[in-house]
Amino acid sequence: MGWNWETAQELWPLLMEGLRILLLVTLISSLIALALGLVVALTDRSAPRAVTMPLFAVMEFIRNTPVLVQAVFVWTAVTMWLGTAASPMWTGAIVLGVHYASYTAEAYRAGIDGIPKGQWEAITALSLPKPRAWIAVLLPQALRRSTPALGNYVIALFKEVPILSAIGVTEMVRQVDGYAGLNYTGALEGFTIAGLIFLVVSYPVALLMRKLEKRLAN
Amino acid sequence: MVHFENVVKRFGDLEVLQGLNFQVQPGERVTLIGPSGSGKTTILRLIMTLEQVTDGVIWVEGEPLSHMRKGERLVAANEAHQRQVRKKIGMVFQQFNLFPNMRVLRNITEAPVHVLGQSKEQAHTRAKELLELVGLSDKADAYPSQLSGGQQQRVAIARSLAMSPDILLLDEVTSALDPELVADVLDLLKDIAQSTDITMLIVTHEMGFARDVSDRVMMFDRGVIVEDGPPSQVMGDPEHERTRSFLKAVLGESQG
Repeated sequence: MGWNWETAQELWPLLMEGLRILLLVTLISSLIALALGLVVALTDRSAPRAVTMPLFAVMEFIRNTPVLVQAVFVWTAVTMWLGTAASPMWTGAIVLGVHYASYTAEAYRAGIDGIPKGQWEAITALSLPKPRAWIAVLLPQALRRSTPALGNYVIALFKEVPILSAIGVTEMVRQVDGYAGLNYTGALEGFTIAGLIFLVVSYPVALLMRKLEKRLAN
Repeated sequence: MVHFENVVKRFGDLEVLQGLNFQVQPGERVTLIGPSGSGKTTILRLIMTLEQVTDGVIWVEGEPLSHMRKGERLVAANEAHQRQVRKKIGMVFQQFNLFPNMRVLRNITEAPVHVLGQSKEQAHTRAKELLELVGLSDKADAYPSQLSGGQQQRVAIARSLAMSPDILLLDEVTSALDPELVADVLDLLKDIAQSTDITMLIVTHEMGFARDVSDRVMMFDRGVIVEDGPPSQVMGDPEHERTRSFLKAVLGESQG
C-alpha cells in the first residue's frame, strides 16, 4: 500500500479536471460573496429597521449553520421543486457564495465603520449628494480597508469548496474519491497531491494579503 | 445673513447653548472666543448642519436652516432643504478632512462638478487659480498624505472656496498644525479676508489673528455670550472679569 507513481500519473488528469471545477466554483462563489456582501452592508447602513432587522436575522442564520447542511438542503429543495436534479455546481457555488456573503458583509461593514468621522463631515460641508459621496469618497476608502479581510475570506471559501462534493460537485476531492472507490487504491496519492495543489494555489494569495495588510497598517 | 434665534442645543443632559441670540451681517468677520466647552465650535457645527438644534431657529440669508416653511408655520427641516441652504456655506476643519483617496486637484473639483454642476474644464481652471492663491500650484497631482499639515489645510481652504460660499466657517483651523506652519495658513486667511467679502465665522485660539482679521469678537462662556464688540474693545479693554481672565490665560499660554 505504498506510494505508487503510476497511480499518481493516472490521477493527474482527474485532479486537473477537479482543479478546473474548483477554481470555477471559487470564482462564481467569490463574485457572489463580494457583490452580495456589499449590498448587504450598504442596505444595513441605509435601509429602515423593518428591512435591516430581518436581514440581520437571515445573515445570523446563514453564519451559524454549516455550509454542508445548507448545500444539501438547497440542492434537495431545488431538485424537488424542479422535478429534476439541480446542477450541483451552480447550486453549490450559489450556496457557498451566499454563505460567505454573510462574512464579507461584516468585512465591508468594518471598512465603512473605519472611515474617520471627518470624512462624513467634509461630505456634508461640501453638500455632496449621498450616491456621489459613496462612489467617490466612502467606498474607495472602505474597500481599501476591507481588502485584506475580503482576500482572506476568498481563500477560506476556496478551501471549503470540497464540502460541495457532498452534493456531487466534481472538484478534486470528489475526483479522488471516485477514483479510489472504483480502483480500491489511489487515496494516498490523490489526497496528497490534492493537498499540495491547495497549498500551491492558496499560499501565494495568503502571502499577498498579508503584505497588503502590512502596507495598509502603515 | 446668519441669525440665531433662541437657539438651544443639548447633548443629553448637557445644555451647550442656552437660548442663544445673535446676528452676523453680510461680509462681517466674527471671531468666537472662549474657553473650551463654551459652545463655540457647536455654533459652527450647527450652521454647517453637522448638528441639529434642540430648540430655536437658525436663519441663513433669510431662510430658516434648521427649519422649513410649511404655510405659515416652521417645521423641522428635511435633508433636501438643508442641502439647499448649506450650499452657500463652506467650512474648514481643524483636521483638514481632505479626501485621502483623491489627488489634490480632484479634492477641489469634486464638489463644484457634482454639486454646482460646473463642467470639468471650468472646475479645473478655477481649482488651478485657487491652488495658485494658496501657493500650491505644484501640488495639484499630489495625494493629501504627501503634503504637510499646513499644505493640507491650504488645500482644504481652496476646496471650500471652490464652492464660492457666501459664508465661511473656520473651526480652529491651525490647532492641529505644527507651530512653524501656523503663520502660512493665517497669512493666507488674512489675504482672503482682505480680497473677498465672504462672511466669516471663526473659532480660534490665535488672538493676534483674531484681532487682525475680525470686525467683531464674541466672548462665550458656558453657552452664553459674555461680551460682544469690536476686537479693540473685547480684547483690548474687556468689561467682564470672565473675558479678562480668559484672555490672560490664552495670551500667557502663547507667550510661554
